[in-house]
Amino acid sequence: MDPNLITAILFATVVAGTPLIIVALGLLVNERAGVLNLGSEGMMAMGAVFAFAITHHTGNPWIGALAGIAAGMAISLVFGFLTLTLQANQVATGLALAIFGVGLSAFIGKPYEAVALQAVPPVRIPFIADIPVIGEALYNQQLMVYISWALFWAVLWFLYRSRAGLVLRAVGESPASAHAIGHPVILIRYLAVLFGGAMAGLGGAFLSVFYTPMWVEGMVAGRGWIALALVVFATWRPFRVLVGAYLFGGVMITQLFIQGSGLQIDFPSQFLSSLPYWATIIVLVLISRNPTLIRLNSPASLGKPYRPDA
Amino acid sequence: MREFPLRLEPRPEPSRAMRYLSPLLAVVLMLLAGLVIFSALGKDPIQGFRLFFFNPVRNLYGVSELLLKAAPLMLCAVGLAIGFRANVWNIGAEGQFIFGAIGASGVALYFKGSGGPLLLPAMLCAGALAGAAWAAIPALLRTRFNANEILVTLMLVYVAQLYVSWLVFGPWRDPMGFGFPQTEMFGRDARLPNILAGTRLNAGIFIALGVLVAGYLFMQFSYTGYKMRVAGEAAGAARYAGFSASKTVWIGLLCGGGAAGIAGMTEVAGPMGQLTDRVSLGYGFAAIIVAFVGRLNPIGIALASLLMALLFLGGEQVQQHMNLPSSISMVFQGMLLFFLLGADVFINYRLRFGRMAR
Repeated sequence: MDPNLITAILFATVVAGTPLIIVALGLLVNERAGVLNLGSEGMMAMGAVFAFAITHHTGNPWIGALAGIAAGMAISLVFGFLTLTLQANQVATGLALAIFGVGLSAFIGKPYEAVALQAVPPVRIPFIADIPVIGEALYNQQLMVYISWALFWAVLWFLYRSRAGLVLRAVGESPASAHAIGHPVILIRYLAVLFGGAMAGLGGAFLSVFYTPMWVEGMVAGRGWIALALVVFATWRPFRVLVGAYLFGGVMITQLFIQGSGLQIDFPSQFLSSLPYWATIIVLVLISRNPTLIRLNSPASLGKPYRPDA
Repeated sequence: MREFPLRLEPRPEPSRAMRYLSPLLAVVLMLLAGLVIFSALGKDPIQGFRLFFFNPVRNLYGVSELLLKAAPLMLCAVGLAIGFRANVWNIGAEGQFIFGAIGASGVALYFKGSGGPLLLPAMLCAGALAGAAWAAIPALLRTRFNANEILVTLMLVYVAQLYVSWLVFGPWRDPMGFGFPQTEMFGRDARLPNILAGTRLNAGIFIALGVLVAGYLFMQFSYTGYKMRVAGEAAGAARYAGFSASKTVWIGLLCGGGAAGIAGMTEVAGPMGQLTDRVSLGYGFAAIIVAFVGRLNPIGIALASLLMALLFLGGEQVQQHMNLPSSISMVFQGMLLFFLLGADVFINYRLRFGRMAR
């Protein structure tokens, strides 16, 4: 195989996996605190449209990215208020958030559909970008790609090396015990939900500002849901999120390369486009068929409301 | 927080009245939020309000359009409610709707010109079967491999959208259609009969009401329906009584898929008259809200589907007259569900003024 093609596919895979990493890391922290937020698709859409609009008006993609984070956090706060303060069902509220976020983003984004943004140039890391084949693919990337790696290390350190992470995991495993030894369960869950919202907003911002610098209704295209599946696939562990995200990125990109290669294959493009969704289903099946594995790894209080008796 | 003069106090037992009042409260809150939104957009709130909520139904034609849009919502929602009651979270009615439309269209195109009076019933069956078949995938994966049905049903929505697009761009494209992604128009015998001259209202509304009643009888009076309600309300008790959990999942998903498939059939055999890649306007997702707002109860679902249909029509109105994107409908629909979930807190809690008694 042509090494340039390998570099190109690898490069595109890393880019395609990046939003999934960012969003799935946020959801992972969310779920490790025991809160299941199914609204990631809506939070991503909100992040994407706000980041796009602000970037368009300020000309600065980084201010745009911050706006995306803020939008994701703002809408996740609605979810937090309903599920944590008012004890609403997390599944139903998450679905509402997904529907609402996608709808509101379409509404807000209408005037921006014909607008294009300037592409953000990649940042080349000296020396290591010169490594043959993988250098160009991994180290001549968008700054956001490096940020996603930093976020990965940060989440890893936070969950397993910091005291706060330990408390967060305790809240997810047994909120009653955490409460009994004096940890503010609801506050910690709020913070986890906000972090999930921030990451989903940033992931959305990556899509609309850095990946394909444009806004189209429905451009998140199920990535929020794929990220949710990814967390299950990763059995709630950060490293596996990283691996899984690039696997999915690979599936997305490979089908695009086949479509774009002009290979005369007798296979409709729509069938190729459906592959990432089938891959998500297959991966879910493979990991879920072992119920013990899921039970041992999923946070024990996931999705269950907790109300400290005053 | 405890010193705050307003607080939530657990009720001794859940309030029955609030169970039915909270959807109304949610509607009122949504209407108020509508006023705020129109003002925030710099539009006259009263005019926006009138355009959105009253203009669509100001005459008979408007009411017929309302019923036309409510029928598929009602169908999808009643199927979903059967699953939701048993805690089977099918959120892919949109994809099952599309497959129902594909199945019915396949029959209509295959028997073109030789259908006769049996064609519509055949299309109905094909739609129901195709929708149920698409829902059988998550049912199988859930019961055999424990795969989460929320994510699987949702992924299959995207797949269904791609497949219908393949059909209407590829093998089923109307050769005389100037390259538009659509099949040829169905013949007369493949169209649901019109029931009100001068409008688009067709017999699909009767199908929807029939399925609604059937769903009600099934849930309230059949033994299987009873077992499913127990599974939803007390999974432990259902297991102890020996009710099959996988049967619950299968029935929940097949009912949801079948009903959504019928909705897809009524859409292609009704107002559309052909299959296109935009066969669903998001009915499958909106039906989730209908099911919740309707309290998973047939009468509630009938009312909620009228309300949601109004929100779709209102969006079209403000798009025409106020130059706002029609996606404002989805904003209102999402808000309605948020308000409902928030208002539901008063089923189990009540608001108290003053400090907590010590």
